[in-house]
Amino acid sequence: MKVRLSRAAVTWGLVAAVMATPIILAATSPLLQWRGPVYIAAGFARIAALALMLAQPLLISGSIPSLSPYRARRLHRWIGGVLVGTVVMHVGGLWITSPPDVVDVLLFRSPTPFSVWGVVAMWSLFATALLALMRPKIRARVWRNGHMALALVIVIGTVVHALLIEGAMETASKTALCVLVVLAAAKAMFDMHQRRNRRSPARR
Amino acid sequence: MTGFVFDRRTLLAGGGAALAAGALGIPVDAQAKSLSPTRSMRGGSNNYRAGAPIVERMGGGGFWMSGTVRRAGDGKPLEGQRIQIWAHTTEGYESDWESHGATLTDANGVFRLEMPQIVPAFGQAHGHLAYDSGDFETVFLRPVMASSRDKSLEAHFVLKPA
Repeated sequence: MKVRLSRAAVTWGLVAAVMATPIILAATSPLLQWRGPVYIAAGFARIAALALMLAQPLLISGSIPSLSPYRARRLHRWIGGVLVGTVVMHVGGLWITSPPDVVDVLLFRSPTPFSVWGVVAMWSLFATALLALMRPKIRARVWRNGHMALALVIVIGTVVHALLIEGAMETASKTALCVLVVLAAAKAMFDMHQRRNRRSPARR
Repeated sequence: MTGFVFDRRTLLAGGGAALAAGALGIPVDAQAKSLSPTRSMRGGSNNYRAGAPIVERMGGGGFWMSGTVRRAGDGKPLEGQRIQIWAHTTEGYESDWESHGATLTDANGVFRLEMPQIVPAFGQAHGHLAYDSGDFETVFLRPVMASSRDKSLEAHFVLKPA
């Protein structure tokens, strides 16, 4: 019991540190002095979203110890809702800062190569939220495959979007967080795939 | 004053034209006639404010925006053309009135305006330029800095009579 608890503490501490480091480093960015509060909030909403995207696959694949599957799933669902909020804050804050740039992005005519990745990830996230709301009415397989496919698009879209941008995030911590987000998502999807195959070998 | 920025497009266009001219034995002034007008860039007109004043320097300065203005076809340098410049700098947003200024080209068609340091905004360190005086067709440019630590940025106009 004692061993398990300390392992849990280490895991929680590690995950929290990995999520917090890029946010703390971004808070020291020199760019912030030339930005107003709305623009800064828009940037940090996105950084928080990227950090939370690391927690999502860890929660759902049972990688966080001392958290029952039920609790983990509920937290995963709750964070999903928060993610929608952060993306709305991100886009809304940028819209207030420079409306024509955001209109170009949403209409897929922006000159910046990274924006299309962000927009695709945004719509996939909104679609996931909608799918989650409709979940009681749809078949389990549709939900599973739908959520998995959308999650894949969200992860890839977000990571490419973040890596191509020159912004408040410090490069090394941003790259590290992006790599971890991809690895965590890949592991969760692989585990899910394995578990399903084990459960229903007849269907293969 | 440094020369043109040789991006892939100018290199391909220039190289292609030179090859074609060499192969066909076309005289030099006929080659120059092929100089095509600069097209507006996507997002170039974002946060544009018409009628920014001609200024000696924008804000505290320290950063140089420069370039050339030439006539489409023969490539003749255009003197006295008004070029408007704006960007997100250490002193303000693109949309702030103080972030907008204009300057005129000299006898060689060269313009050069000192302004505050451009800083990355909306993911890229970039500037905006406009030719909007009406004698030629309006052009909006949005050059991106190779590095956000650069202390200067260039943009070049080839204008077509309106």
